[in-house]
Amino acid sequence: MAEVKNIATRDAYGAALCELAEKRNDFVVLDADLAAATKTGTFKKAHPEMFYNCGIAEQNMMSVAAGFASTGKLVFASSFAMFAAGRAFEQVRNSIGYPHLNVKIGATHAGISVGEDGATHQCCEDIALMRTIPGMTIINPADATEARQAVLAAAELDGPVYMRFGRLAVPVVFGDDYKFEIGKGVELKAGTDVTVIATGLMVKEAMEAYDLLAAEGISARIINMATIKPIDRDIIVKAAKETGAIVTAEEHSVIGGLGSAVAEVVTEECPVPVIKVGVNDTFGMSGPANDLLGIFGLRAKDIVEKAKQAIAAKK
Amino acid sequence: MNEQRKIELKKYSLEAKKQIIIGTNCAKSGHPGGSLSCTEILTYLYFDKMNIDPKNPDKADRDRLVLSKGHAAPALYGVLAVRGFFPVEEIKQLRKPYAMLQGHPDKKHIPGVDMSSGSLGQGISAAAGMALSAKHFGDDYRVYAIIGDGESEEGQVWEAAMFAAHKRLNNLTVFADLNNLQIDGTLDEVNSPLPLDKKFEAFNWNVIVIDGHDFDQIEAAVAAAEKCTDKPTAIIANTVKGKDVSFMENQVNWHGAGPNDEQAAEALAELDERIAAL
Ligand SMILES: Cc1ncc(C[n+]2csc(CCOP(=O)(O)OP(=O)(O)O)c2C)c(N)n1
Ligand SMILES: [Mg+2]
Repeated sequence: MAEVKNIATRDAYGAALCELAEKRNDFVVLDADLAAATKTGTFKKAHPEMFYNCGIAEQNMMSVAAGFASTGKLVFASSFAMFAAGRAFEQVRNSIGYPHLNVKIGATHAGISVGEDGATHQCCEDIALMRTIPGMTIINPADATEARQAVLAAAELDGPVYMRFGRLAVPVVFGDDYKFEIGKGVELKAGTDVTVIATGLMVKEAMEAYDLLAAEGISARIINMATIKPIDRDIIVKAAKETGAIVTAEEHSVIGGLGSAVAEVVTEECPVPVIKVGVNDTFGMSGPANDLLGIFGLRAKDIVEKAKQAIAAKK
Repeated sequence: MNEQRKIELKKYSLEAKKQIIIGTNCAKSGHPGGSLSCTEILTYLYFDKMNIDPKNPDKADRDRLVLSKGHAAPALYGVLAVRGFFPVEEIKQLRKPYAMLQGHPDKKHIPGVDMSSGSLGQGISAAAGMALSAKHFGDDYRVYAIIGDGESEEGQVWEAAMFAAHKRLNNLTVFADLNNLQIDGTLDEVNSPLPLDKKFEAFNWNVIVIDGHDFDQIEAAVAAAEKCTDKPTAIIANTVKGKDVSFMENQVNWHGAGPNDEQAAEALAELDERIAAL
């Protein structure tokens, strides 16, 4: 087997911005004194004239981005997920969302895998917050390959997009032949007993869970759901009908994120058991990212356990 | 400004003020006080100053205005209607379900509205974003914003002030409508942000203090702002909340209440008298 490379999706974000600038120069990138960490610093180095640092003032940055976009131009605005979606929530809603402006929010350091910085920086609520804004597109890429494509696709879409990236270097699971499309889930493994719908770094865990379940004779379907809004209803309903049980897996609170989005579709269109793997309505804590993923129950074995529960709960 | 033009602008502004009364009366709600205090500023900008075209409200090279104190929407709507962006009859639908004229400015649906606003503190940042875009792409349009004095208690106003000065957005001019009142009382009774002139100066802005109802002073201040080559300009406009409707002037309770039919008739009669006296 070829050696698996580890790349953080934030790195792919910075690189994709540089790539985009090779194609068009009608955009700028804003950051709020975190360019080194969000990796817009990579872009700043390559294109200093297209980068503006807004300083530690995320609320202003989001409304500035809205005004900028209102002039018919594209703009990326970056900070940590906690501050982009949390601190500046109302600016994103009212300045960007309500007028449906063409702002791309690049939110990095999402989830528990922020690691040592701990609870104040581990945003597990951003998907829930962004999902409530009408017209907001939310993309949570699984790896660097998908993150790159997501950035380029978001740039082509007219309207606000929230892109969620991680700090932790994670395995590149998709090859160059992988094709990301906004609003489309992707079936990575066929299966009939249960479906695991995963997003972000949990996709890799879901792939591991597939093997563990197969070893026990359980056939799991694995779906990568990078776009959380608009959610791919068809692939969810099909999975509910064909496998009769669903597990969701996300590095986010079990309240309001992918699991909720999937459950909303399933309960309306084809009720079957939906069990969520996610951060269980609790704050994070400091520690090495990989340890924390285990502590917070975000590993393949946790998906396996929930998959068995979901199957047992089938009528 | 020549006398003839001044009389015309006063007339347009009084016509717009009538629309403020009509709209808030029909809606039985809305914000007449803070609308009446900034009507002259809006009138000067839309009738005399800004490069805009009511027939082509989205033209790319237009000057832009953000009513950061979005609750003064009736003033903006009144001026836009009198200026010809949409029929004045629309004003009677203000705040009604499915009406074009929402309670606060709605960029997506109202011709001439450059930015949605209503959540205080955000509009000045959006205006700075527009000014940044103009600078970045070498476009020579100018951007105006109107903030409230009470609004200036919002931290975001000062984030924007810091940003606009640091980025040397001299194409941005912000009017502060200094009418000394907010919702719960006078500035002093609530949490005064004064002195605004000194604060903007400290934030590295070009600052001009004027009477916000005097067209000569408004014109001179805007001209001076245009001459400033390295800083954004804050025009601190001393105003009277409720200006030109005597029973509303300086009355905190006219911040957010629509006049009843009797009150509206009295207000309209006074405004008509003022027009006749021009
Ligand atoms: C963020 C936010 N907080 C509160 C309000 C409610 N509000 C509407 S108007 C107003 C008072 C505004 O006072 P000022 O800026 O002085 O306006 P003016 O006197 O010109 O009407 C308040 C608190 C709001 N619209 N936005
Ligand atoms: Mg006031």
